[in-house]
Amino acid sequence: MALLDVRELSVGIGALQPLDRISFALDKGSILGLVGESGSGKSLTAMALMGLLPLIGGRVSGGSVRFDGTELVGLPEQHYRPLRGHRMALITQNPMTSLDPMLRVGAQIDQVGELHLSLSAAAAKARSIDLLTQLRIPDAATVHQQYPHQMSGGMKQRVVIAMALAGEPELIIADEPTTALDVTIQAQIIQILVDLVRQRGLALVLITHDMGVVAQACDQVVVLYAGRVAESNTVDAIFARPTHPYTQALIACIPRTGQAPGSLKGISGMVPSVGSYAAGCRYHPRCGQVQPICQGEVPALREHAGQRVACHFAQLEGAHG
Amino acid sequence: MAETSQRAADLLQARGLTRIFSDRASLFGKKRELAAVSEVDLDVARGRVTGVVGESGCGKSTLARLVLRLLEASSGSIHFDGIDLAGVPAPALRTLRRRMQMVFQDPYSSIDPRYSVRAALLEPLLVQGVQPGTAAQDARVASLMAMVGLNPTLAASYPHQLSGGQKQRVGIARALAMQPDFLVLDEPTASLDVSIQAQIIGLLEQLQQDLGLTYLFISHDLGLVRYFCNRIVVMYLGRVVEILPDARAAPRHPYTRSLMDSTFEPDPTRRRVVTLLHGEIPDAFDLPPGCAYAARCPQASARCRSDRPVLTPDGAHSLACHHPLS
Repeated sequence: MALLDVRELSVGIGALQPLDRISFALDKGSILGLVGESGSGKSLTAMALMGLLPLIGGRVSGGSVRFDGTELVGLPEQHYRPLRGHRMALITQNPMTSLDPMLRVGAQIDQVGELHLSLSAAAAKARSIDLLTQLRIPDAATVHQQYPHQMSGGMKQRVVIAMALAGEPELIIADEPTTALDVTIQAQIIQILVDLVRQRGLALVLITHDMGVVAQACDQVVVLYAGRVAESNTVDAIFARPTHPYTQALIACIPRTGQAPGSLKGISGMVPSVGSYAAGCRYHPRCGQVQPICQGEVPALREHAGQRVACHFAQLEGAHG
Repeated sequence: MAETSQRAADLLQARGLTRIFSDRASLFGKKRELAAVSEVDLDVARGRVTGVVGESGCGKSTLARLVLRLLEASSGSIHFDGIDLAGVPAPALRTLRRRMQMVFQDPYSSIDPRYSVRAALLEPLLVQGVQPGTAAQDARVASLMAMVGLNPTLAASYPHQLSGGQKQRVGIARALAMQPDFLVLDEPTASLDVSIQAQIIGLLEQLQQDLGLTYLFISHDLGLVRYFCNRIVVMYLGRVVEILPDARAAPRHPYTRSLMDSTFEPDPTRRRVVTLLHGEIPDAFDLPPGCAYAARCPQASARCRSDRPVLTPDGAHSLACHHPLS
């Protein structure tokens, strides 16, 4: 049984439906990349999994989210609280806003151990320092006493990761954990997350817009566009044979070593906002391979041999007809 | 003689450029000094793209401001097209600035929220004392917008109505308004999605070709710099540590190597081996005596910690390292 099993998950905010029947599953010890541009519904998916939609006035309008066999959709808040921060943890994009500027970072990490693992103050502190050391923070005891403003962005993000780990989670959802950071720090943070998954058997949902990060870290990939799944597959297959034109375009955005000048391709236009989605395939106004049918008919998400793709013209690997 | 011909090939030449900032640790504390840029020599070849790459705090944005004299250098010289910028009085500098413009990192804060796109594009002309008639203004705005691929119907829009990519196109159009021949691009895509980044880089490539522009491109992303630039200057804590003569040159400085290992390719068969570093970037107010990178460098020896390596040319490649990679 998958640790996390998301089926046909839809999210509504007011009259709008920004997330439309998203499905994916994730096992322990593996990394699933949730990828797409800003506005494709990645962060909303993270909020839905963590049961945080009420904070932004949203609700799950359909589908199911099972975590280790427990249905999370409709789970009362008092049952969600022992899960959140304990068995499932969220790492947000901006470490500058996810830490309380008025509290020493150590106290913020200690809290998690005290609350969820019922540790004494001294035990929680020792454990926090141990976690910081494991995350390669030099002189962790000093850092434990510092305030967020005294640290660099990369250091703060490691503190946020330590907070996520403090509850001994089985599932971590990392929402663009490296977007605000330098590439060298990004590489370090991604490596730390990959090592955690491999060494502790955690499951990680890695949300990113960068296909370079996906190729480096993920096992499975789900490509979202405008609130729908465009394509999903294993990482090797999706890079070897990207089938949806949007997946192809996302991969072509990242320069490769030795790539000829003038050959880097962006994606024209931009992701439409919720409420102004095109009819038919939502990607058709930006698609280089658009045909009349794309404007009128929503392409079904077809599945074959582990691959799923929603495009009228996609040839599924090994499928006929 | 050789000096003169080199100056003709380079649109911009900086020598020994240094900028010191000072501050006090506390209100009554001792004054501390920080060299944001230290003895940097920089040659920007005419009609080419020169890249400056390094992490936050390496001095690359300070360098960008120094070469345009938006910040005054503490010492060193800058020649632009053979003219010594230090000796140029303010009014003449303003005229000269028509030829050198800057595109800023954050299009969200570099455009006045109360200006329409049209007003933002006309402002450079007014500042420079060019007062075209209404018809000429319309034509100028339309041609600038066409140049950067903005739909002309957006002329009356305000920044909050534009996407990040559109705003950065406005930023580029503003820089082009005075028909410059030199653009400093300070991380022009750092705050954009990769899909939009690729669009903007494509636009900059097109403009460079069409208008014969010279670029100084500042970035922290060596993958992008290797794609876009003809020559690459690598900075670490205020100093140049390596100059790669072309995008394909193999890095010989361990720092450049680690920058390269940090840029991920869209190809799971070519995953990078990322070595987890123990060291931290030293405090810029209190730099160690030797190589500034020694604390993080896997190759560092006792000599690196005491004796700062000097940038030494080896053909077209330059390197400041005691233990270069082969």
